Amino acid sequence: MADATKDVTVLQVGEPLPGVPKVDPILVAHGVRRTFGGVNAVDVEHVEIPRNAITALIGPNGAGKTTFFNLLTGFDKPDSGTWSLDGKSLANVPAYKVARRGMVRTFQLTKALSLLSVLENMRLGAGSQGGERFLTSLVTRLWRKREDEITAQAMELLARFKLDTKADDYAASLSGGQRKLLEMARALMSKPELVMLDEPMAGVNPALTQSLLGHILNLKKEGMTVLFVEHDMHMVQTIADWVIVMAEGKIVAEGYPDVVMRDQAVIDAYLGAHHDTDLGSLTGQLEVAKDLGDSFLVGEISDEIRDEKADHTMEATDGK
Amino acid sequence: MDFNFIPLAFGEIVSPLTIGYALAALGLAVHFGFTGLLNFGQAGFMAVGGYAFAITTVKFGWPLGWALVATVVGAVLFALLLGIPTLRLRADYLSIVTIAAAEIVRYTVKTPSISQYTGGSDGINGASRDFYAMNPLPDIQYGFGVLTYNNNQLWSILVGWTVVIIAAVLVWQLMRSPWGRVIKGIREDEDAVRSLGKNVTWYKMQSLILGGVLGGLGTVLIIIPTSLQPDNYGTQTTFFLYTIVLLGGATTVLGPIIGSIIFWVVLQLSDGILTLLVNNHLLPLSSVQQGPIRFIIVGIALMLLVIFRPQGIFGKKREAHFSG
Repeated sequence: MADATKDVTVLQVGEPLPGVPKVDPILVAHGVRRTFGGVNAVDVEHVEIPRNAITALIGPNGAGKTTFFNLLTGFDKPDSGTWSLDGKSLANVPAYKVARRGMVRTFQLTKALSLLSVLENMRLGAGSQGGERFLTSLVTRLWRKREDEITAQAMELLARFKLDTKADDYAASLSGGQRKLLEMARALMSKPELVMLDEPMAGVNPALTQSLLGHILNLKKEGMTVLFVEHDMHMVQTIADWVIVMAEGKIVAEGYPDVVMRDQAVIDAYLGAHHDTDLGSLTGQLEVAKDLGDSFLVGEISDEIRDEKADHTMEATDGK
Repeated sequence: MDFNFIPLAFGEIVSPLTIGYALAALGLAVHFGFTGLLNFGQAGFMAVGGYAFAITTVKFGWPLGWALVATVVGAVLFALLLGIPTLRLRADYLSIVTIAAAEIVRYTVKTPSISQYTGGSDGINGASRDFYAMNPLPDIQYGFGVLTYNNNQLWSILVGWTVVIIAAVLVWQLMRSPWGRVIKGIREDEDAVRSLGKNVTWYKMQSLILGGVLGGLGTVLIIIPTSLQPDNYGTQTTFFLYTIVLLGGATTVLGPIIGSIIFWVVLQLSDGILTLLVNNHLLPLSSVQQGPIRFIIVGIALMLLVIFRPQGIFGKKREAHFSG
């Protein structure tokens, strides 16, 4: 992988096995378990997220990625487990306090606040606005100055995400991809330490994909840590420094992207138990990946898929 | 034919009922229009506030100021009681709990065993004592054609509208502030607002309290010049308020106030017209049947509004509450 944006620093301590300790972890989770009616949706023994790096959380549908996200960010409660940000425990902390601690998330299904303007969406992301308190809000003089600061910051971010011309429009008027951008920009208003993106690429057209990738890489440059859930192998290959693979609630592999992609456990996770999922998104990316000149690994996986698919078709035919 | 009902109907523009409903509808707009809380028990907030005021004034002899404190405290406690168990849950649960709680309040105050305080089904008279004592207007008749007011009636109208204007300015300021931004964000998607570090449950509670207190104060403005009747605070009152809010525009400040004026004027006009037609045998209805007809009209009007103009008179089409 000849990608200039990639870190060459070593992130882990020792062999990159599931649960490997990191040189400088920002988030450490231990024994996090969540069951839905007897099924282990999430059962993570131990995982550490490296600081100031882009970590991808991948896995087939139903692997528990989003549930794990919800647990870490306080949107769902685990049956057991502890996790901490910068050494401070986040277990049983409500979602809004998790966000205030500097761990901000986005959602798989975009949550743009449709009937607020794009600018108001952005302003809502900012922290420490005293005017959000009932009594303070009654006296404009008390919050006007902070409001101006917030507005300036919001316009700057909107310009960076090329949404500044839309500032006064309702968020409802944005396209799906633009809403993804808005949601990410809004999350940045509070200047978070750790940005958690739940499928940032879902439903985004190829042109916008490039710009989104650029934005995510920028977050790292600015000193933030990114953890994202993604199905799209191409995106993972392009920007992730570290990859964590989940399957059936457990972490089955961890490591540098190029190594993990060749890992038998990963291929099994995607193609073994769930060989009927994700084929479209994997093969669909093949052409794009070729254009970018790093088709090798994706191509290899795609070959595997094709074989698997062929086997499957044959089995199905035999069965009849 | 007697057309006096026309000027009398226009007297509803400033009547105590219009004032009280304007305030209560403004409170409901805070709940429903701005925060997205489905409160179907605004009549309950009205009843709690009204009884807190009337009982403390008439039965306990408290001065006006303390009775008003009791009104606010009553509405706040009612909001906490309803909000604490339900605001963490999905929006539907609040509507179920509020509609039931409002009925519980109405049946409770009608219970004969506590009628020494609540007046039972008869309600409470005479809550105006201190209020009229403060009246600076000379004791003469003030009149405009068939509409005549004595000094006390005029005093309650003037004070009532002052309170409505102050409340409207208060809500307007709140909704243009960062506080209002969080509130409107919650209406759109509370999880998104939560993910941005706002204590959503607490904001919803503040909204429930604010709107509830406005409802309670609305009743005070109604019962001072009239009297407190428990059956005026049943479920139909809540639906009158929804009609008013949707008529004027749920996401506006002026909407509920103008909506209240239009609602009561139209209701009185329709009543006058129906009476006229029935008395002159132009409609095949008895005067007993005539009463419910106008409420059927209210129901149909509410349905037509939601279908054809969900944003109300003052709302912007794009802010319509029901449009996907």
